[in-house]
Amino acid sequence: MIVRRWRGRVGDAALVISTGAATLLVLLILAILVIDVVRGGSARLSWGFLTKAPTEGMTAGGVFPAIFGTVAMVILMTIAVVPAGVATAIYLHEYADRQAPLTRIIRIAVNNLAGVPSIVFGLFGLGFFIQFVGGGIDKVFFGGSKVLGQPALLWASLTMAVLTLPVVIVATEEALRSVPRELREASLALGATKFQTVLNVVLPQATPGIMTGTILAISRGAGEVAPILFTGAAYYLPQLPWYPNSQFMHLGYHVYVLATQSPDVDAAKPLLYSTVLVLLAVTFVLNLSAFVVRSRMRHRFAGASS
Amino acid sequence: MKSDSLAKPQVHLQQRELQDKVIAASRPAAAAPAKHVRQPPPSWHIFAEGSLRIVAMSAIAAVILIFAFVAKEALPLLFSGSVHKEVTLRTMWTAQQWPGYDAADHIWQPVSDIPKYGIWPLIFGTVKVSIVAMLVAVPLGVGAAVYVSQYASRRMREIIKPTIELLAGVPSVVLGFFALMVMASWLQSWLGLESRLNALVAGIALSFAIIPLIFTISEEALGAVPRSYVEASTALGAARWQTIVRVLVPAASPGIAAAVALGLGRAVGETMVVLMASGNAAITSLSFVESVRTLSATIAAELAEVVFGGPHYTVLFYLGTVLFITTFGINLLGDYAIVRMKKSLGVSS
Repeated sequence: MIVRRWRGRVGDAALVISTGAATLLVLLILAILVIDVVRGGSARLSWGFLTKAPTEGMTAGGVFPAIFGTVAMVILMTIAVVPAGVATAIYLHEYADRQAPLTRIIRIAVNNLAGVPSIVFGLFGLGFFIQFVGGGIDKVFFGGSKVLGQPALLWASLTMAVLTLPVVIVATEEALRSVPRELREASLALGATKFQTVLNVVLPQATPGIMTGTILAISRGAGEVAPILFTGAAYYLPQLPWYPNSQFMHLGYHVYVLATQSPDVDAAKPLLYSTVLVLLAVTFVLNLSAFVVRSRMRHRFAGASS
Repeated sequence: MKSDSLAKPQVHLQQRELQDKVIAASRPAAAAPAKHVRQPPPSWHIFAEGSLRIVAMSAIAAVILIFAFVAKEALPLLFSGSVHKEVTLRTMWTAQQWPGYDAADHIWQPVSDIPKYGIWPLIFGTVKVSIVAMLVAVPLGVGAAVYVSQYASRRMREIIKPTIELLAGVPSVVLGFFALMVMASWLQSWLGLESRLNALVAGIALSFAIIPLIFTISEEALGAVPRSYVEASTALGAARWQTIVRVLVPAASPGIAAAVALGLGRAVGETMVVLMASGNAAITSLSFVESVRTLSATIAAELAEVVFGGPHYTVLFYLGTVLFITTFGINLLGDYAIVRMKKSLGVSS
């Protein structure tokens, strides 16, 4: 009996310590990363850094064009991905028969889309959007001269939209799931059609979830680099991308070029750190706000659901 | 005063009239309910609902189009005579006797006088980096999941979970930057390594991207195990750790397996971290502290400099196809494991 109790205590202690250490280590990794980036990046961070273009071979100046390009890409991406993602989620949750083969195939597709390597999205963007769609439009409307059949803001945004589609679908579906059934039944009982119910009752209640999905998609779009390597990102551009078919600078891509392709790595290092700090701050703010919106949504219906 | 007392009844009268009107207006409806049988929805509803259905197919379309268009660009590798002068599937997958070498070997050297497209060094590199990443990520991810779901207090859980999810939000290019600028130097000075960038650095940095994924799915799986399992085990006199190790974790094992599978899929496909931290030398060696080149990093590094439609271009799309099929298979296995667990534990949705 005593041996057994002793063994129980030692075993418990061992498990608590080992799993606790694992948890601590994971948190520590994040802490070290953040501390290093903040320490290395805050010195050069200033208003001018955020509002000026890079100068002197990327060793001075700021990152404004990269911020501008990222925002432009993210806006186009959002316009494409949110309606498609929300519509898919509504169909899956409100209309589709759960057991139907088609529904299952859509679900498998959504899950697997989330698992496709980001570099494959880059290949897809090049093969489909740029060569097939863009090149096709050029052939038909522009007599073969290259207008749309080249890397551009538009194609990068659409490639990123395909990549973030599962993010929006999953978040919206979670929100739809959290809307109590009583609300739908009440609406239907009052004589509303199914579509009116979805549009006027369910969807407004699911807005926080749609926002969560959108914010997470934007966060992905701001940081993901592999899909835009060949679809529109540029190393350096003298002017801002005012047209959908111009190339653009991107914060994540800027980090990549500064870190790996800079002619003078040491001279570019302070700027690189500050760029990483900006990128990390943007993604953290986005992720935290997504978290806040989501947890509010979860609490709202906590009492109402059966 | 006078006008006030006169005005009041008037207001009453108006109100009465109004009430009567309202009642009168509502009466026919109440009297003849048959007229108000639910009307068919307006035709634009049907149109809108139909469009929902079509848009919902976009996910399927995306997956199919991705495969079709990546594979399409790789097709010349099978059929084009001009590509075959430089490379065929056979010369990619089997050892070739290259001039100047002692024996037949697998070599990846696409940009040289005699381009060599041996795929095995790249697969080898991908596997090596993935092994390191999984060796780090699985114990940390599952361990943290066990701690958070079993030992942490509610308040701690509410802090730890979002923090680890925040790690998932760190862009992979930032992880690559951290590995390249910071971790590589630390590891080199600690271990006295020859090459600064190697499979170890890349694998460890890669694990940071996978840990949150494994943690989140494992934690969910552990949370989905019915309380009755734990209660039964405790009632039989098992210690807490025995319940966790012998009841809880086995019951959640399909979910944990799914977490590992999805983590592996991510490890194989992740690009920016390995592109920046692995050194990108296509060396086939068993040492984990030498530079490696992975499939994904090869595509990212080389595609920008190739001739459109040329043999090299075709081969890179072929690598993309291989990557797509591999990760697709791994992810299907993971999804299957999740579905099976939900069924066996009787969890709906």
